[in-house]
Amino acid sequence: MDMKRSYYEDVRLFSSGVTVFWFFLMIAALFFFPLVAGNYYVYMANYIAINLIVVVGLNLLVGYTGQISLGHAGFYAIGAYATISLMTLANFPFLPALICAGLIAGAFGFLLGLPALRLEGPYLAIATLGFGLTVTTIIGRIEMLGGRQGLHAPELIIMGATLETDLEFYYLVLAITLLLVVFARNITKTKVGRAFIAIRDAHIAAETMGVNLLLYKTLAFALSAFYAGVAGGLYAFVLRFIEPELFSMFLSIFFLTMAVAGGLGSMMGPIAGAILLSFLDLQLRNILSIPYIGAWLRELSASYFSLTGVSNIQYIVFGSILILIMLFEPLGLYGIWIRMKKYWKTWPF
Amino acid sequence: MIDLLQIITSGVAVGSSYALMALGMVLIYKASEVPNFVQGEMALLPVFMAYMLIYSYKQSVFTAFFGALAFAMLLGCFLEFAVVRRAKNPNILGLIIITIGLEMILLGFVSWKFGADQRVMPFPVSSYSSVMLGDVYISTLDLLTLVTALVIMISLFLFFRFSKLGVAMKATQQNETAARLMGIRTHRVKMITWGISATVGTVAGLLLAPVIMEPYMMWNPMLKGFAAAVIGGMTSLPGAVFGAYIVGIVEHLFGGYVSMDYKAVVAFAVIVIVLCIKPSGLFARHYVKKV
Repeated sequence: MDMKRSYYEDVRLFSSGVTVFWFFLMIAALFFFPLVAGNYYVYMANYIAINLIVVVGLNLLVGYTGQISLGHAGFYAIGAYATISLMTLANFPFLPALICAGLIAGAFGFLLGLPALRLEGPYLAIATLGFGLTVTTIIGRIEMLGGRQGLHAPELIIMGATLETDLEFYYLVLAITLLLVVFARNITKTKVGRAFIAIRDAHIAAETMGVNLLLYKTLAFALSAFYAGVAGGLYAFVLRFIEPELFSMFLSIFFLTMAVAGGLGSMMGPIAGAILLSFLDLQLRNILSIPYIGAWLRELSASYFSLTGVSNIQYIVFGSILILIMLFEPLGLYGIWIRMKKYWKTWPF
Repeated sequence: MIDLLQIITSGVAVGSSYALMALGMVLIYKASEVPNFVQGEMALLPVFMAYMLIYSYKQSVFTAFFGALAFAMLLGCFLEFAVVRRAKNPNILGLIIITIGLEMILLGFVSWKFGADQRVMPFPVSSYSSVMLGDVYISTLDLLTLVTALVIMISLFLFFRFSKLGVAMKATQQNETAARLMGIRTHRVKMITWGISATVGTVAGLLLAPVIMEPYMMWNPMLKGFAAAVIGGMTSLPGAVFGAYIVGIVEHLFGGYVSMDYKAVVAFAVIVIVLCIKPSGLFARHYVKKV
C-alpha cells in the first residue's frame, strides 16, 4: 500500500498532492468560517483552538515521550498569568508577552522535568499533580497577581490595531494554532522526535544507543509546557478575566481526556479529540436547553437526582469516555480511523 | 513545648485518616499495580449512602454505617470486576486513566444526586468536645480516628499474617503466575483486595464526614494518602502509615510555624524532596528493571 521507501518520504509534510489539496481547502474553509458562522460559533472556535494547542503539546509529552502529566493546568495558568502581568506590569506588547509567557512556562516545565528524570509511573503522576495544585495555590496567594479576585485582561493591541471582537481574535488564534501544530508535526519527524519515541518505547535501550535522557526528557517537558503556556496566554484573552479557580486539577484531567480520546502518539488523533471534546464540553454546559435530552434529563433529575447538580453531568460523560476508550479502543479516534481506512481499502476482502 | 506537642498531636490525628487512605491505595497498588485515583470516590459513594440511609430511610446511625461498609465492599469488588479487569493489555498510563475515569463518573453521580451543598453527618461522637491527654487537648473525634486507624492497621496485619485469604493475597501480589499455579484464583483475590481497600477508605470517609460532607470532600485525603503511599514506596503497608504520619505532622508544623496559606500544598513539596533523594520512596525494596 503506502510503504515509505526513503527518509525524505518520511519527513515530508504532505504525503501526496491530494493531502496538499485538502490542507489548503481546510485553511480556506477555516478562513471563511467566521463570515458564515455566528458570533457564538467564532467564540467556540477560539476555545476549541486553544484547547487544541494544549493537547498537541500534551501529546508530545504523554503520547510521544511516554511521560504522564496530570499538571498541565499549572502550565496553562502560568502562561495566562504571565501574559497578562507582563503586559500590565512591564508594558510588553502582546506578542512578545505571549512568547515570553510560553518561555516562562517552558522554564517551569524544565524544572518539573528534572525530578521527572528519576520518576516514573505513579511517582511521576503524583509529582505532576502536586505541581499543578501548588501553582494554583501559590498564584491565589500573590496579591500582585490579583489573588483570589483574579485579573482582568488589558486591551489587546497588535501592531497598532486593537483587537476587540472574537472575530478579530479568531484570525490571530488561527495563525498561532496552525504554526504550533505544524511545528509539533515537524518536530516528531526530526532527531528530537525520534529520541522522544525511543524514550517512550524503551528508555534504557534508548540511553544505550546514545540518546541523552537528561536533555530529551527535560526538553519534552519544556516543549509541552511552552505549548500550554502559549495557549494559556491566549485563553486569558478569550475570557478577558482569569482567576485561580479556573485552573483546577479537573482541567488537567480534561486535557488528558482529550489527548487520550483522540489517540496518544499520533498527530491527527489528539487534534480530532480536542475538537470533538471541547465542542462536547461547551454543549454539556447548557445541556438542559438541548431539545429532548434536556427535557428528559430535567425529568430524571427531578424524580431521582437533584436539579442543582445537573451541571456536573459532564464529569460522568467525560469519565465514561475515558473508560470506554481505554477498554475498547486504546488508540482512540485515531485507532478507529485506521481500522475504518483498512476496512474500506481492502473491501470486499 | 506544649505548643509543639499540641501541633504534633493534631498532625498525628489528621495523619490517621491519611493513613487509612494510603493503606487502601497501597493494597490496590500491590494487587493491580495501578495508582488508584478512584480511592477517594470509592469511599465517597458509601458515605453519602450512609447519609441517605439515615435521613431518607430513617435508619439508626450504626445500621447505616454497617450498610455503608458492606456497600463499599461490594462497590470495590464491582469496580475491579466490571472495569479494571476488562482493560486490554493495560500499561500503567492506561490504568491510571481508567481509574481517573471511574473517579469522575462516581464524583459526577454523587454531585448530581446531592448537589454541592455542604452537609454534616450525624455522628455519635462530637467533634467539638475534647479530652485532655497529659498536657495536650485532643478532640474526641480525633481520638476516635486515631484508635480506629490503629485497630484497622493491626487487623490488616493479623489478616495478612494468619488468615488463608490474606496469605493468598500476599502470594498473588508477589508472583501472580506462581500463585495461580498453586491453585489460587488470583482474579477473585484481586477483586476482594479492591473490596477491602474500598472498605478501609470508607472508614476514613465516615470519620471525616461529621466535620464536613460535600462531593469534593475526599479529594484532599485521597491526594494526601497518595502522597503518603508514595513516600512509603507504594508497596509497603508500614511505609504508607509512616508516610501518612509524616505528611500529617509536617503539614501541621508548617501550618503552625511558617504559613497557614500554603499548608495544603506542603505535602507535595515533601514528596518531591523525598523522591529526589529516593526515587521509589523510603520503604520500597530495590528492584532492577528488566530491559
